[in-house]
Amino acid sequence: MIASKSLEGAIAATRFGLGARPGELAAAAGDARGWLKAQISRDGAEQPSGPLPGTVERFASFGDYLAQVGILKRDGTIVETTAAEPNAHLTDKQAASLQEQRRVLLQPQLEGVRDEIFARTRLAAATEQPFRERWTLFWANHFTVSSAKLQSAVLAGPFEREAIRPHVFGRFEDMLVASTTHPGMLIYLDQARSAGPDSLAGTFRKMGLNENLAREIMELHTVGADAGYTQADVTEFARALTGYSMGGFREASDMRGRYYFRPQMHEPGTRTVMGREYNQEGEAQARAVLADLAANPKTARHIARKLAIHFVSDDPPPALVARLSEAYLGSRGDLAHVAETLIDAREAWSADAKKFKTPYEFVVSGYRAADASPSDATKEVVQPLTFLGQRPFAAPQPNGWSDLAADWAAPDALVKRLTWATRFSAAYAPKDGAPLDAAMASLGERLTAGARTAIQRAESRFEAFSILLMSPEFQRR
Amino acid sequence: MKNALSRRAALQIGAGLGVTFLAAPALAALPQNRRKLVVIICRGAMDGLSVVPPLSDPNYVALRGQIAIPADQALKLDGDFGLHPKLAAIYALTQAGHARIAPAVAIPERIRSHFEAQDLLESGGAHLYGTATGWLNRALAAQGGAITALSVGAQEPLILRGPVAIQSWSPGGKVTQDMERIATVLQDLYAPDPVLSRAFASGMQTEAMAENFGGDQMAKAPAQPQRAAHDFAVTTAKFLTQEGGPSIAVLSLDGYDTHANQGGVNGQLANHLKILDDAVDGLHEGLGSSWSETAIVAVTEFGRTARINGTGGTDHGTASTMILAGGALRRGGIVGDWPTLADAKLFENRDLAPTLDVRQVFKGVLREHMGFEGRALDERVFPDSAQAPAIKGLIA
Repeated sequence: MIASKSLEGAIAATRFGLGARPGELAAAAGDARGWLKAQISRDGAEQPSGPLPGTVERFASFGDYLAQVGILKRDGTIVETTAAEPNAHLTDKQAASLQEQRRVLLQPQLEGVRDEIFARTRLAAATEQPFRERWTLFWANHFTVSSAKLQSAVLAGPFEREAIRPHVFGRFEDMLVASTTHPGMLIYLDQARSAGPDSLAGTFRKMGLNENLAREIMELHTVGADAGYTQADVTEFARALTGYSMGGFREASDMRGRYYFRPQMHEPGTRTVMGREYNQEGEAQARAVLADLAANPKTARHIARKLAIHFVSDDPPPALVARLSEAYLGSRGDLAHVAETLIDAREAWSADAKKFKTPYEFVVSGYRAADASPSDATKEVVQPLTFLGQRPFAAPQPNGWSDLAADWAAPDALVKRLTWATRFSAAYAPKDGAPLDAAMASLGERLTAGARTAIQRAESRFEAFSILLMSPEFQRR
Repeated sequence: MKNALSRRAALQIGAGLGVTFLAAPALAALPQNRRKLVVIICRGAMDGLSVVPPLSDPNYVALRGQIAIPADQALKLDGDFGLHPKLAAIYALTQAGHARIAPAVAIPERIRSHFEAQDLLESGGAHLYGTATGWLNRALAAQGGAITALSVGAQEPLILRGPVAIQSWSPGGKVTQDMERIATVLQDLYAPDPVLSRAFASGMQTEAMAENFGGDQMAKAPAQPQRAAHDFAVTTAKFLTQEGGPSIAVLSLDGYDTHANQGGVNGQLANHLKILDDAVDGLHEGLGSSWSETAIVAVTEFGRTARINGTGGTDHGTASTMILAGGALRRGGIVGDWPTLADAKLFENRDLAPTLDVRQVFKGVLREHMGFEGRALDERVFPDSAQAPAIKGLIA
């Protein structure tokens, strides 16, 4: 079915964007593709409004916390990626009191994480470049750094702002390198302390290999698990990556919390990864592997498929995947070109809305429909998103959040959405104008006759707005 | 309104069954629908060698170094194996004959990706990407809809996905009158959308059931955070014991991916084992008299390397431990053989080798506990699995 101009505007704002704010559909309707393409920017994504401290400052502050609670190792020249358990010798009572002390000291750290979540959600709710932000969220999720460890929790926000947002319309390889060398990722996937068994650190300090980041770069960030690599490839890449580290809490201030290559941890010798030999010395070795991984057609395919699933359908048209893959390869991983190709793809504009919003997309689009922005970080953002199952920066595993309906359209999840929708509408349903106007401003031609009638029959603005938020056409995009 | 929803849900369940409905008459006579099954998926690759340290294995301490569980601190199971000291409740169950350990179990393919391995574990396929639905859902289908299952948590795990409608629940809900009124409107709006209509009807029903026993009062953050897993499990047990409630529940725990500073008796992994122990303890407490009709299976996607790695942790491995618990179990010792940690016996010179296929244990439980017949298990629930026969004698 060929979509009309105004339906295209509604598709652009919901499928490619974050849900329309009042007035947005009119802006998008004339030239929906042009409206989207104008949001592609070589400068990258917008940045959330601060004050939000960067990695170096956050890391230093976290080091202060560790020192206060006494779990910073004396020789803390190299980052502990997971805090050791110091209180095995304590009685239960002593341990409980220590836990309470820690809780109080930890509070400012957790508030830092909360500020990141809040600022990012406010940006999504208010932005006039909603496609740019959606595209950014895709990449932030592709390179997940999560709060599974406290140390990476405090760096997840800075990671997204520093390693992802500047690169979302640049070359994929640049984003891959920025991610791989960012302290947030180095800590989250245990790279910072990984040492070659035959390196100086391996020989004299008995440090050794950790293959976590190497494996996830291959499996999740680049070629994908079905690319045919072996355990030997993973181990070899992990050896090449040794030395990719960072300045620890007790190191000089110009190193602390910054990416730092440690030659004494690097495994000497030539490596073979996926059939190619790498005889570079030091840091250049893994950099060469990363360049080859970024240029690999399997990476193109993996990313093309993920993009098609994210934007278009849980079961994406193979022709669309092929076209995105070609766009990636033909442009040497130029993500602006890939974005343009997605916008131009006929398959992306079908009238049928196949995707089911994730909780974050749902909440953000609710604020946008209400022409509002959250004003309380804990009550309006962190708590509801936790309750809906998608607290930002807290994906349970390094593959990030799913965007499939099979994961999110569960029975309980829909009841929880209804709970949120009624609470939200009680506070934010538009106070004037006909309820149908708000629905039309949000969905335009995507509003079905059934929902239109239900909204018109609703007995209050509150009820009408709740029905809008819960309608199938609002839940899907 | 609730009646209307439940009628619709019943129709949806019937519609989802298709040809498998033929299996129903033969099984309907069995008393198995009082039986309870709980599957706990420990995500991230739980380190079996710490869960059940092989104390008599001469290579254990050398391979494990600082993260080995010392023999004098492990909870002794028999002359060869101990349990991690944080698994005190599970240990007490083993002593009562209500828990058993399978120490060297793996999925049918040798995979070291968390996500692929979890897919295979939950789909029940013989090969990766062989099947897109979950084995527990196909098991429900094979039972002809006589029993239902509950997913606990915000997301629906693959193991329960498939043609049969399942229930799901997570804490924090409270159905208000406003919501009930709006729900009747939504029911009509969702009618053309089978995914949403089926899920929504089931969700409202489950929420109503939770209100019956006060489960809706359970806040997301309980008063004592360290009791969270226990309380969560107690609530899960309440669902299972409700009149007309589900017979099967699935819980997911995560945080078992211990690449660095894994710890030993205390530390990172120990804390997560305590959560697992609390969950089993909470189920035991909450199930009350139904405990004797219950089997619990705790499983992970794969184990971890036999050797400690360079950062005080362990990397992705192969075989790991399954824990079986519940009053329905037959008293007995270790399930399956021990391959030993001898150099020549390690899989690819790095991992504990499997002596059991995870499907053999699942099939054993489904067959003896839930009354499944062998062919359905070999062909539909676990396709092409005749070469992985059900283990016998797990259930009393």
